[in-house]
Amino acid sequence: MESPKEQSSYTVEQLVAVNPFNPEILPDLENYVNEQVTSQTYSLDANLCLLRLYQFEPERMNTHVVARILIKALMAMPSPDFSLCLFLIPERVQMEEQFKSLIVLSHYLETGRFQQFWDEAAKNRHILETVPGFEQAIQAYATHLLSLSYQKLPRSVLAEAVNMDGASLDKFIEHQLKNSGWIVEKENGSIVLPQNEFNHPELKKNTSENVPLEHIARIFPILG
Amino acid sequence: MTTTYDFEDAPTNYDDVQRQGGQDAVYDPNFVPDSVKSFVVHMYRHIREKNVYEIHQMCETSFQTLSERLFKDTPWPSVEAIAPYVDNDHVFCLLYREMWFRHLYARLSPTLKQRIDSYDNYCSLFQVVLHGVVNMQLPNQWLWDMVDEFVYQFQSFCQYRAKMKNKTEQEIALLKQNDKAWNVYGVLNFLQALVEKSTIIQILEQEKEGLEQFTATDGYDYSGGSNVLKVLGYFSMVGLLRVHCLLGDYHTGLKWLQPIDITQQGVYTSVIGCHIATIYHYGFANLMLRRYVDAVREFNKILLYIYKTKQYHQKSPQYEQLLKKNEQMYALLAVCLSLCPQTKLVDESVNSQLREKYGEKMMRMQRYDDEAFGIYDELFSYACPKFITPSAPSFEEPLVNYNQDAYRLQLKMFLYEVKQQQLLSGVRTFLKVYSSISLAKLANYMEVDEPTLRTILLTYKHKTHSVGSDGKIISNADIDFYINNDMIYVVESKPAKRYGDFFLRQIAKLEGVINDMDRIKLE
Repeated sequence: MESPKEQSSYTVEQLVAVNPFNPEILPDLENYVNEQVTSQTYSLDANLCLLRLYQFEPERMNTHVVARILIKALMAMPSPDFSLCLFLIPERVQMEEQFKSLIVLSHYLETGRFQQFWDEAAKNRHILETVPGFEQAIQAYATHLLSLSYQKLPRSVLAEAVNMDGASLDKFIEHQLKNSGWIVEKENGSIVLPQNEFNHPELKKNTSENVPLEHIARIFPILG
Repeated sequence: MTTTYDFEDAPTNYDDVQRQGGQDAVYDPNFVPDSVKSFVVHMYRHIREKNVYEIHQMCETSFQTLSERLFKDTPWPSVEAIAPYVDNDHVFCLLYREMWFRHLYARLSPTLKQRIDSYDNYCSLFQVVLHGVVNMQLPNQWLWDMVDEFVYQFQSFCQYRAKMKNKTEQEIALLKQNDKAWNVYGVLNFLQALVEKSTIIQILEQEKEGLEQFTATDGYDYSGGSNVLKVLGYFSMVGLLRVHCLLGDYHTGLKWLQPIDITQQGVYTSVIGCHIATIYHYGFANLMLRRYVDAVREFNKILLYIYKTKQYHQKSPQYEQLLKKNEQMYALLAVCLSLCPQTKLVDESVNSQLREKYGEKMMRMQRYDDEAFGIYDELFSYACPKFITPSAPSFEEPLVNYNQDAYRLQLKMFLYEVKQQQLLSGVRTFLKVYSSISLAKLANYMEVDEPTLRTILLTYKHKTHSVGSDGKIISNADIDFYINNDMIYVVESKPAKRYGDFFLRQIAKLEGVINDMDRIKLE
């Protein structure tokens, strides 16, 4: 009776850090996936740990949980988390219908095809709606990618990428104006995105000539 | 210091030849040739006296020479047969068996029973080390070989187990009965326990603050303690990187390596096999994570190192393995550079080797037609780790082989990535020759409509910008761009010349030369 109590004094993150190769933490990790979904948090390390345990004992795999992990991984774009998860999921499992759809969705996101992505997502609402924050996460990825690429872009291009128009798009832009430094041009409604080193390369700091102190420290004996 | 061993100089006696040399000779595990007697006696003494140099010589040279001469296609004498010559020393016997099995795996094909026995031997050996009753000082080379061999035999076992089709009933019964042998949990837990128990991560942390010495002494302990647990723990981090690569978990693999700063020299560079294994797996994992620049940078460094030092390793028993990994890393470098052109990161001599080996293939890979995918497939298959399926078979009829499953999955995923990038080399060709170009014009050149071109450009941005381990976005593009409404502006990144490091190296070199000159006494 003592051990479960003892265990519960650890957080799941700690379990993953201290004892990742223990089959007994599998149920904790599964619960943790559900917790991530409801509380809109995310832990790649814990989820990879669970996928690894499934890989060690395929008979314990719960495909429902796997689907949730994959949706969370899509939401982590632009990080390659979706591929990192797929590397651990056997091919025959990937053949299941729900996973095939998620793979197609990932493909559209990876190749910047937002229009196709939103069309396909609409067809899979029943899977995606179970994970709160999905749309917002993809919209955040879309705006991230746009701001790496554009200084200024037409409203229509933005509308397509975030899948919004009319009043909801106005509201979205309004929010970005206030919080992220977007500017809307008066004459044609084009959107000026905030500057970063990727859309304004002149901002890129020249860090190449910084030599860390440890490196110089190695020749101190010589200099002295 | 210069002890001469009779087993190296003395002519092989008739008895040895007759018993061991002939093709049809029967292997008698209980027969111990004089040369082996002398070998174990000396080895035992050197271990007790903590004579690391002599132990190293015996492992690297004498053991190989004897194996070549007497045990070309038979195992060494059994541990029971040599035990009387070494006071039946428990730990020495474990070490002897470790070498015994390593030799067997290298030269013969182990039976299932032998695989299981070898696992048991590693368990006993690691238990002894973990419980801290070891007072030995062993060469880094040997300690690396232990971790390396442990992971290799695990991988080999997974491959063997997955070939279910032609297993005999006895083999299957034995497999079922010994389900703990080479169990993935067991293997990973041993490696992790060695890392934990050795407190190597804390030691490396404290070393940065000058509170501890590890790297400076190459991991050896000159104050009378043992280096075994510490160094095994250190190498186990590389072992864990490797196992995770074999499983396809590249992210976690790299996390295990993090305590080792691979931009610097370290204990991992003190053993060439470890140096190569570390960089090979680091580079491969980064390739799969799309951090091409990190992969290219480290591949370049190690390939240059091998290029310059190859001749010193010719006599090493690991030489063949070294050459093979060298070739594989050139193949991986060709893949990285085809996906992410970065010639400025590659040293001249590495580049000319690369062109010689893969120049023509790399040209064809740029075309992204079926033939090009074929070459990506070929190079990946040639150079990837031997992926494993870690789970036990179901043992239900019909028995099927699943030893290729893991490899096929990783290959498929990799080629999928390549296909997603197939239009990028085309767009790059145009970006290279313009400083600015309108979307309409480029769309026209590329024979696509404007919305499609926008998606291609977004893909280019996404695929050339990776997310670093700290979550920061890193550009891997040598040609980049930004769009202002309908115009594309091209940015060519200037190579970062590292004068600082260059001067540091030259200062150290000059100091060395001056010291040498000071030592010369002129009459």
